[in-house]
Amino acid sequence: MNLVNKSLIFKLSKKLNGCLKRYSSHFVYHPEQTSNAFGKVSQQNMYQAINNAIDLVLNKEPNSVVFGEDVGFGGVFRCTSGLRERYGKERVFNTPLCEQGIVGFGIGLAVAGTTAIAEIQFADYMFPAFDQLVNEAAKYRYRSGNLFDCGKLTVRTPCSAVGHGALYHSQSPESFYAHSPGLKIVMPRSAMKAKGLLLSCIRDPNPCIFFEPKILYRLAVDNVPEGDYELPLEKADVMVQGRDVTLIGWGTQVHVLLEVAEIASEKYGISCEVIDLVTILPWDKQTIANSVKKTGRAIVSHEAPLTGGFGAEITAAIQEECFLHLEAPIRRVTGYDTPFPHVFEPFYLPNKWKCLQAVKELVNY
Amino acid sequence: MASVRHQCSQHGQPNVFPKCIKFKSSTSTNLEQPKHIGIKQVTYTNKLDIFEPSSLKTTPIFRVLDCAGELNKSAEAIIVPNNEELLKMYKSMVLLSVMDKLLYESQRQGRISFYMTNEGEEAVQIGSAAGLLSDDLIYGQYREAGVLLYRGFTPERFMNQCFGNIDDEGKGRQMPVHYGSKTENFVTISSPLTTQLPQAVGSAYSFKRLNNGRCTVVYFGEGAASEGDAHAAFNFAATLECPVIFVCRNNGYAISTPANEQFRGDGIVSHGPGYGIATVRVDGNDILAVYNAMVKARQYVMTNTRPLIFEAMTYRRGHHSTSDDSTAYRSKDEMEQWASKNPIRRLKLFLEKKNLWNDQDDLKYASDTKKKLMQTFTIASKKKKPDWRQMFYDVYDELPEHLMEQMKGLEEHLKQNSQHYPEND
Repeated sequence: MNLVNKSLIFKLSKKLNGCLKRYSSHFVYHPEQTSNAFGKVSQQNMYQAINNAIDLVLNKEPNSVVFGEDVGFGGVFRCTSGLRERYGKERVFNTPLCEQGIVGFGIGLAVAGTTAIAEIQFADYMFPAFDQLVNEAAKYRYRSGNLFDCGKLTVRTPCSAVGHGALYHSQSPESFYAHSPGLKIVMPRSAMKAKGLLLSCIRDPNPCIFFEPKILYRLAVDNVPEGDYELPLEKADVMVQGRDVTLIGWGTQVHVLLEVAEIASEKYGISCEVIDLVTILPWDKQTIANSVKKTGRAIVSHEAPLTGGFGAEITAAIQEECFLHLEAPIRRVTGYDTPFPHVFEPFYLPNKWKCLQAVKELVNY
Repeated sequence: MASVRHQCSQHGQPNVFPKCIKFKSSTSTNLEQPKHIGIKQVTYTNKLDIFEPSSLKTTPIFRVLDCAGELNKSAEAIIVPNNEELLKMYKSMVLLSVMDKLLYESQRQGRISFYMTNEGEEAVQIGSAAGLLSDDLIYGQYREAGVLLYRGFTPERFMNQCFGNIDDEGKGRQMPVHYGSKTENFVTISSPLTTQLPQAVGSAYSFKRLNNGRCTVVYFGEGAASEGDAHAAFNFAATLECPVIFVCRNNGYAISTPANEQFRGDGIVSHGPGYGIATVRVDGNDILAVYNAMVKARQYVMTNTRPLIFEAMTYRRGHHSTSDDSTAYRSKDEMEQWASKNPIRRLKLFLEKKNLWNDQDDLKYASDTKKKLMQTFTIASKKKKPDWRQMFYDVYDELPEHLMEQMKGLEEHLKQNSQHYPEND
């Protein structure tokens, strides 16, 4: 009897432990350091910070509109909540369920001079609008000799892993768009960055795609400046200074890399430099090259699949720029070249253990 | 189970009974007056009918001028433009057709890389342009040069674009016939079909909000109407109530594909009712019909703040483009039949009846036009191409660092290899 009980408890605890592993978040959120550079701050999560940014734009620029599927009642992630009540149905509205229509419509608004903030419900559903984004939005200014442009268009879309999103609620499609000259592509890592970067995207005179890692919507809580502030596009952030290895990521993955740097330092005495790329296109090659010239080793990490991922672009550029400084091959720790799976997500993601292993291997190369 | 009974008994009666009555009463009213969000005045029927599209009436084609140039007397109050305007319409059509011949031939001689003529569709373009205001924003497909011409875009500017020379406003980046003009409110053409439709809807929404008295007009062929973007545009325009006129040039062919392999409904107007959009179908070879219909269409979209589908029935008399030989897929007979419905000749006959024009005028105007166009052509052909650095500009509003780097890279390369490049063309 006693024996049975013991093994039962053992099995149970083992199972529980497994559950925790499966369902626990794969990263620890690192809040932004509070600064008063932009005035008064208050605690906000990422969806509130985004809501706040859009609110500011609608308030200051009468010729601006927000639209997409279900944005009228506040959006499925609450990013537009309260805005229709404040600015009216003509400025905050639902569209028919049609992504190519949403982006095409947004381009037309921008061509006519209206600030257009379009939402695609999940980045996974952007592909029907691929033609409008790549053949149209990206090339508008160029092909018309600058007679017409759609620079006032910003497309916001939730992206990346969420724990259980499987194939069509988890994708990170940034590299598809990175191959398209004319677009700007941005992915924030935090609530504070999300607001400042979104404001920059909306006001940037080029069409921007703003990828919002959806797992951060509620989880990322920062002291966010209440006022209007813009953060620079095309500029990477060096989050942690280090000597031995440069770790490059964006979005949620920055938090994975920050934890990797902590463990590497505490357990192995390895000093990692962590860089948030922030803007995927055009990207900040200089900051990356400066870092790798110092450390001699680099790891690029992203959730998207390896082959054709943006890590390949960064890796090739580092190799060109830092050849004589490299002490080891450049490593990419990324999602596998499979569709994004449901129950296998814990095995799929480029988590801290995979990144940490790469750090150790590079240092011992 | 016991606890459920207990809860029920707290309300006295088992609550199945009152619920049932309530349900019954609400159903009976629903049976007489069904309510479905977004659907107006619908009734139930106990007759099982499948609705055959063939049972619906085909939309008639509005026409006021017959092939002999005779104005239909019984046509309801139509506007006949004043003499000056009629002559401008006619001369624009002839100019367009002469320019087409010249540029088509020049492509055959390898002097420009590509061309698409407007043959047979001159009336659709000029007539519709005449019925609009110059402020209205135009989005085109590629066979709408006449719209631009009527608005004041000069042959010189057309030719600069086709040569991609230093005076091309598009800076030589796009293929010939991809015109655009800020001053003429004509959004630059792009090759991907139908992408301009949802864009035109977005611009119309912008105008509606600004309440600036402008509408947008978007042209496309019947083939382009098969693209998903057409569906998107029709539906967005209807639900978001945008003042946009969708002008379909139904000319029977999309390259080699005849219209009966493109759709099975009553052409493009038949989309209208499905999306809740007003429609008008006109004889695209009758410039007065096109003009009148457009005046009315514009009035409709502006006063109702609603879209309208405008289908102009015509025939593509030329080849699809200079890369196409249309005799490979259509008969000579068919082409000759349509030649007799020539929209230019039809207006000419009308003008003759009004004593505004005669054969002598015609010969003189055609030969003068040809002479002038030849001179313009020679000048455009001799102009230099833009500086190669223009390849890197306007990708973004400012030249980003990586493009600056790539431009410098080419500069260095050219220093050593200039003999292999047409740098001084």
